[in-house]
Amino acid sequence: MEDYKYGFSEPEKNLVDLGPGLNEDVIRRISAIKEEPSWMLEKRLSAYKIFLAKKIPDWGGDLSRIDYDKIRYYIKPSEKEENLWDNLPREIKETYDKIGIPEAEKKYLAGVKAQYESEVIYGSLLEDLKKRGVVFLGMDEGLKKYPDLVLEYFGKLVPASDNKFAALNTAVWSGGSFIYVPRNVKIELPLQAYFRINAKNMGQFERTLIIADEGSFVSYVEGCTAPVYSTDSLHAAVVEIIVKRGARVRYTTIQNWSKNVYNLVTKRAFVYGEGTMEWVDGNIGSKLTMKYPSVYLMEPYAKGSVLSLAYAGAGQHQDAGAKAVHLAPNTSSQIISKSVSKDGGRTSYRGLLKIVESASNCKSNVVCDALILDEKSRSDTYPYMKVDNEDVSVGHEASVGKVGEDQLFYLKSRGVPESEAIGMIVNGFIEPIAKEFPMEYALELNKLISLEMEGSMG
Amino acid sequence: MLEIVNLKVSREGKEILKGVDLCVKSGELSVLMGPNGSGKSTLAMSLMGSPNCEIFDGKILLNGKNILKESPDKRAKEGLFMSFQYPVEVPGVTMRSFLRVAYKELGFDVAAFNRDLDEALNALDLDKSFMGRFLNGGFSGGEKKKSEILQLLLFKPKYAVLDETDSGLDVSALKIAASSLQKAMLANKNMGVLLITHYQRVLKYLDVDSVHILMDGRIVKSGDKNLAFEIEEEGYGRL
Repeated sequence: MEDYKYGFSEPEKNLVDLGPGLNEDVIRRISAIKEEPSWMLEKRLSAYKIFLAKKIPDWGGDLSRIDYDKIRYYIKPSEKEENLWDNLPREIKETYDKIGIPEAEKKYLAGVKAQYESEVIYGSLLEDLKKRGVVFLGMDEGLKKYPDLVLEYFGKLVPASDNKFAALNTAVWSGGSFIYVPRNVKIELPLQAYFRINAKNMGQFERTLIIADEGSFVSYVEGCTAPVYSTDSLHAAVVEIIVKRGARVRYTTIQNWSKNVYNLVTKRAFVYGEGTMEWVDGNIGSKLTMKYPSVYLMEPYAKGSVLSLAYAGAGQHQDAGAKAVHLAPNTSSQIISKSVSKDGGRTSYRGLLKIVESASNCKSNVVCDALILDEKSRSDTYPYMKVDNEDVSVGHEASVGKVGEDQLFYLKSRGVPESEAIGMIVNGFIEPIAKEFPMEYALELNKLISLEMEGSMG
Repeated sequence: MLEIVNLKVSREGKEILKGVDLCVKSGELSVLMGPNGSGKSTLAMSLMGSPNCEIFDGKILLNGKNILKESPDKRAKEGLFMSFQYPVEVPGVTMRSFLRVAYKELGFDVAAFNRDLDEALNALDLDKSFMGRFLNGGFSGGEKKKSEILQLLLFKPKYAVLDETDSGLDVSALKIAASSLQKAMLANKNMGVLLITHYQRVLKYLDVDSVHILMDGRIVKSGDKNLAFEIEEEGYGRL
């Protein structure tokens, strides 16, 4: 991606670097640096055993080239989490200035967490929200201050045994967000987390836990970028979200890793009675992404939606999708996926819809559309359905298409050159999902797509 | 002058135009009539550079310059416009954003866009909310035609080819279309128009300079407005 503007890197001035490779000693040292309770170390060590025992998944993207011995599993870049950008080391502050986080924070964010390598190095939250009992901490600090909550929920939604990369994350996790929204507190502005990898061969393993208490609302936005290197980095995160009765959580991701990052993430939400979970998932960057945000609808009238947008250019494979699991009657889910592939890129939609026998009167609608821009590119759809109750309403539509020649001719007949015309058509195609992103990101997405189209067309 | 010289075109391997000669003069309204399948739409699409039309002989001269090898966007920039019989939907792209991009690409000063657009909307009695809809998305027949004429007003081409802009309209919509076309011609006095139509009914609302009959891929007769009325009475069979 010639136009990838986040591909810059800064010199490393790490305080701690546990070097490449993983073994029990590395895990013990991570836990010791963090001064964790012993139960967390136990969780880590048992997860490490699971990681070693589990096979590399062979049903999705090509994971065979990840060299686990070259990955650096823990780097601490600065002394502590700061609450003023100016207190950060110069290189780190400059990085976030270039990305534009401090500016966004002033304009429209209720709180920010910035993670650099393995640690959260900056954090803020509006005073008013602190007073109302909102907790927005780095996960490590969350464990220190709210050990009981963490013990109750950590790994409850995504156990280490869920998959190989959830196990890896549980073994070496560091950073991520810990959020608690008290009953009936509705946070108007979004909370934002920004994940930056700077070092070569870095492994970033943040762990996020969000608990939205009854009747509350929070919108959480995460972004991520990394320098362009010729060697690979690994990002394996786990996100667990508890949406209690009548609460609503919106979780928006703009994944824009450089094309040398493997992005293998497990995201899951449990939604209780009348609660609503909304995943808005944008995957633009990375070498390979495998990510299927899930909603588990636990109690009647719970709702879940996954809006997913994927773009794959040269050398990229976006294996993305969604899971909706209906475990109670009168629950509803919606999955909308749009993908664009170009220059030999590959997109896969992989989805699961499951409705258990006891879940009557459920509704689910799945729509996945793919746009393929040239002969070299590819798109596949793998929709799995397991519906064990007959009294449900399930809709499924899928389409794979190319840019219409008649659309192109129409736009060109109005003076619009071919590359711009394709950009318009693609932006129009993703519009139903793009408009769900915060304004700034929607504009960014449109610009990005337009730039991508200019490269090799026309 | 838009000059079509010995134009031969095939579509899907079938020869449709077998040597068409036709001139559209600046500031004049020429009408092209002909029965179904005579090649009227193919002529329009060929003029604009549709990839579905394979031109194997002839010339298209726009003010003396052969534009045959130009891409459709270049032809548009040279001042050629075609209104589509079936305007294509582009989901997710609003009318306003599309028109703004085209306006800019055609070399207009974007600062004047809102003013020009408002003028064109007023002339067609179109509500501004129309601009928030997706390009040709779910438009009624009348709305599609109005959208095409709106673009004619906004883009002020040197030559406009209007492909059956009158078809599929009821009488009141037809009158609006005709009067809008007149407005466009008044506002853009040097514009030459080639109006392609199946029926003569629109012609009674317009000042026609010449009428040409296309049959089986050739112009078989040219004349003034009266030719259209002869056709109405006697049909194409006599030609």
